[in-house]
Amino acid sequence: MSEEKKKASMVVFSGDMDKVMAAFIIATGAAAMGYETTMFFTFWGLKAIQKGNRTGKGFFGKMLGIMNRGGIDRIGPSRFNFGGIGRWMFKKMMSDKGVTPLAQLRQTAIDLGVKLLACQMSMDVMEISREDLIDEVADVVGVAAFIGEAGDSQINLFI
Amino acid sequence: MSETIKADLELNLQGLMCPLPVVKISQAIKNVPVGGIIEATATDPGVMADIPAWAKSTGNEMLKVEKEGKVIRFWVKRLK
Repeated sequence: MSEEKKKASMVVFSGDMDKVMAAFIIATGAAAMGYETTMFFTFWGLKAIQKGNRTGKGFFGKMLGIMNRGGIDRIGPSRFNFGGIGRWMFKKMMSDKGVTPLAQLRQTAIDLGVKLLACQMSMDVMEISREDLIDEVADVVGVAAFIGEAGDSQINLFI
Repeated sequence: MSETIKADLELNLQGLMCPLPVVKISQAIKNVPVGGIIEATATDPGVMADIPAWAKSTGNEMLKVEKEGKVIRFWVKRLK
């Protein structure tokens, strides 16, 4: 192993269960392999680090808070969701095979020291406040802060 | 099962799937001294590729791997 600090960073843009799952598996794997790992959640990806309460201030924000409600147990797969049946089916298939549930995987990432960052701009647009995010989120930042992390990373992904 | 390797820690990873075997090994390695050995069993076939990759990346060593039916038994040594 080189003396240079090993770092991994990723943008989590998607709020789909399957893609968020991939993101957390890669993040926990990278952290376990000694990479200092940062995940930057933006736009739909914010759902994965929301507590799951209703959000929004104005009319559109509140509508979005209902139609696009966050919370890691509420998100569905990118295909075959069928209004929630797909989510149920995938959860069942994964638990039958002993795959770690998504919420537990996120907790594992947190326990391994994976840094969770949230995008300030998408939170403003979607009217999501810091209080709507889980406490473990390290910071609410902009693109420069993410590029700062990504610039030092040997692994950089957009999911 | 020719020569026996003396382990400092035994770890049961059976039933766990990716990424947990690697996560648990990375946590357990901190509990043995440098030069110490972990003997682990797993059922996820992915460990055959993942544990050597983990060892290479973290600067540790996988000493040996054996398959006993569905169970994979392997030994890793902490080098740093």
